[in-house]
Amino acid sequence: MRDMLTKVASFAYAGLIYGFIFLPVAVLVLFSFQDGRLPVPPFNGFSLQWYEAVFADRKLMAALANSFVVAIVSSLIACLLGFLAAYALARYKLPGSALQRGLLIAPMTVSYLIIALGLLTVLNAFGIKLSLWTVGIGHVVINLPLCFAIIYSSMGDHHINIERAARDLGANDVQVMALVTAPMLMPSILAAFFLSVTFSWDEFIIAFLLSRFDVTLPVEIWSLLRSGLNPKTNAIGSLVFLVSVAVLAVLELTLFGKTKKS
Amino acid sequence: MTAPVSVQNATKTFGSFTALDDVSLDIKAGEFIVLLGPSGCGKTTLLSILGGFQSPTKGRVTIAGKDMTSVPPARRPTTTMFQDYALFPHMKLRDNVGFGLRMRGMAKTERDQKALGFLDLVGLKTSADKKPHELSGGQRQRVALARALAVDPDVLLLDEPLGALDLKLRRQMQDELKAIQKRVGTTFVHVTHDQEEAMAIADRIVVMNQGRIEDFGPPADIYMRPRSVFSAGFMGEVNFIPGTVKHRGDASALVHTALGGIDLPLKSFTVGAPSAGLKVTLCIRPEHFRRAGEAEGPVASLGEAKVTGSAFFGTHYRCHLKPSPAPDLSIVAHMPQSADVADGQIVPLAVNLADIVALPGSGS
Amino acid sequence: MSTMTLEDTERRKAWGFVAPALLWTVAFFVVPFLFMAAMSLWSRQSGQIIRVWNLDNYVAFFEKDSLFKGLTNSLEITLIVTVLSVLLAYPLAWIIAERVPKRFQRLALIMAVLPFWTSYVVRSYSWLLVLSRNGVINQALMTLGLVREPLEIASNRTATVIGFVHFFVMLLTLTIYANLIQLSPNYRRAAADLGANALQTFWHVILPLTLPGIMTGAFLTFVLCIGDYVTPQILGGNNELVLPQIIMLQLGRRADFPMAAALSIILMLAVTVAYVLCARWLKIERA
Repeated sequence: MRDMLTKVASFAYAGLIYGFIFLPVAVLVLFSFQDGRLPVPPFNGFSLQWYEAVFADRKLMAALANSFVVAIVSSLIACLLGFLAAYALARYKLPGSALQRGLLIAPMTVSYLIIALGLLTVLNAFGIKLSLWTVGIGHVVINLPLCFAIIYSSMGDHHINIERAARDLGANDVQVMALVTAPMLMPSILAAFFLSVTFSWDEFIIAFLLSRFDVTLPVEIWSLLRSGLNPKTNAIGSLVFLVSVAVLAVLELTLFGKTKKS
Repeated sequence: MTAPVSVQNATKTFGSFTALDDVSLDIKAGEFIVLLGPSGCGKTTLLSILGGFQSPTKGRVTIAGKDMTSVPPARRPTTTMFQDYALFPHMKLRDNVGFGLRMRGMAKTERDQKALGFLDLVGLKTSADKKPHELSGGQRQRVALARALAVDPDVLLLDEPLGALDLKLRRQMQDELKAIQKRVGTTFVHVTHDQEEAMAIADRIVVMNQGRIEDFGPPADIYMRPRSVFSAGFMGEVNFIPGTVKHRGDASALVHTALGGIDLPLKSFTVGAPSAGLKVTLCIRPEHFRRAGEAEGPVASLGEAKVTGSAFFGTHYRCHLKPSPAPDLSIVAHMPQSADVADGQIVPLAVNLADIVALPGSGS
Repeated sequence: MSTMTLEDTERRKAWGFVAPALLWTVAFFVVPFLFMAAMSLWSRQSGQIIRVWNLDNYVAFFEKDSLFKGLTNSLEITLIVTVLSVLLAYPLAWIIAERVPKRFQRLALIMAVLPFWTSYVVRSYSWLLVLSRNGVINQALMTLGLVREPLEIASNRTATVIGFVHFFVMLLTLTIYANLIQLSPNYRRAAADLGANALQTFWHVILPLTLPGIMTGAFLTFVLCIGDYVTPQILGGNNELVLPQIIMLQLGRRADFPMAAALSIILMLAVTVAYVLCARWLKIERA
């Protein structure tokens, strides 16, 4: 009897919380198909006009492309730098390595707003113009600690002998790193890359403060918000969401399959 | 306190896999029983059925005469010592050991006192205010024991508790477990795959294989007079020599083997009485071989054998021999420390009749 | 020509590998931070930054109610959000870890986190949709006849809290779940074996052992919440501003970099204090 009661209570609670979690997204997606001017009830009918409007909006499409490029490029840099640093600190004895590790991880503990502000101050002081490049620099700053931490923590001691064997057989450092270490650590490297792309893609405050004319998607959506509640915003939001979910599903099916094999 | 345990026709199946197959067992109160067998033999399943963490698909479990088959662990008079000790990491030792007493509603001063008493029993009284992560593996194990005994169970179940310890520590803990069990008098049921450990501590051993009980009895009985081929092989090294009963007399039976005929006394047949035509397997342990002429008492002569290899083991030589009458057979025998052993030597073999066990069947 | 030992060459190489990351961090994180710290000690007058060392900005913070309130609002909202999120997330994490069959747990977890994949800006906007005067909730309440006038639940502190809790419940469900799932099942068995019922096992054993997961999640929630600009700006209305909004105000209208810098330093201090208080939980203790 008691068991039955907890089962029902658990089910009810889970249902309520899941409902709470999905409510805004459900409303967002539903009213992106609104045949009307306001994305609020009543739902007048099914229309794709707002999606058409999104694709017709040049600025929005440009911002989408910009987000993509910034995310990929900054994540590649963050992963590369993080990998090299992790390799150096995990495989060699350097003086002050604890301090170095602390320094590399430090940006994770600081609010993005403060990182953006700091960079803005410096850029202004040196008269450097704001652009997607400056946004990219900021994104590397926030993602480098993450990449470093993930890759560093996955460099186990049991990998050392495999690398030694490669060296023994004549490989130089670059070859060992590229042909032996990196492939062995591929799951973590991919995880770090994927997480960096996610954070960069979605990041607002650094992109907002450090860009001027060319902007990323979150910043462009922000300016859309000035026009109040607008189904066009729903449409671009739903688009981003559905594409992300699709990518996640694909990754889950392929990566999940990979981890099963190893 | 203590109580007898009885398992009646317990079967446990998981889908198409049978973990326990019609197992019956009677344990006397205050006994130290060891469930012994290789991985997958069902010993851990049997233990968790005794503890109430699983219930049998068929069959009954009674403790002190009461049916406990579907009684949950909290209400059984048993406690379990887990393989990874499962000490609560956030509690001091004193609170760990006193946990069961707290669940029974005992007041703080009283249960602290009792907890200290049990920590003293296992020699860790001075560490009462420490937390588990500050202790070594052996010490944690003792705390787990104290915690399990603190609630005064009738039966203590131990799930391979000594597996994580090194050899020296393991031997020490075996002695301590035995001593503590004698002191508190609780029925202990201990699971292990190590036959040396089983022999060191058990009052009686239950040898299990593939969900069935192969043998049950005191260590000496099981070692010297096994009742199944598996049991004979699991308890130590043994030579299996196939044979057939030619005819059976009043006091003995003649068994034909590749090494010659042997007139075995009837008590050598540990399972059932022999009859003419019965296929048997003779079990002879390596340490029981003698040079013909050097043995005392009634002896079976096994013909000559050639030494094909040997290694010095400190207390004896472990030799491989090829018998001349049956070159297909390979015999492992122990030669004395002082012997002059060399490859190629011809040794006339003999065994005391009392040291041969005949088991039915032509098992490998 | 001095001979280099094997160790020396190795060390040289290692420095070469770690240098790019270190240089990047120093150039684009440490230096900007120092610049900002310096900037906070200067002031802005008539469109110019006066590079005279003073504590005027910090003094102004304590004196001006409009500035100081920013911090108190931030702290109040953040604390409410943290407590609410933990209270709502723990049962969900527990249900997924304990009641959902093992082969569906991954799916359940992904479902609990899926809305995370809408853009952060869009998610706050979605709550505006839901909570506004003609939004879903008000329309539903009015159609059901429960209220006659639409409720003012957007553009105020409540909406901000709802928006934050929505996000952090997802985050905390993950951290608490991760903690729950790696507890050895033998702890539960041992407790049951010693006579504890389900409630006692939870209170004496499970809850204390999940405290690290809760505290880590709570600390993360605190840091992310107190420094967030987007959610309060979209959902909070213009009355009770939080510190990040005030910082952005200094930048926008008045381009008062020194003041913005000083307020940012104060924000950092608040986070540091929180870290010091939580430090003992943030060390991973092995069981």
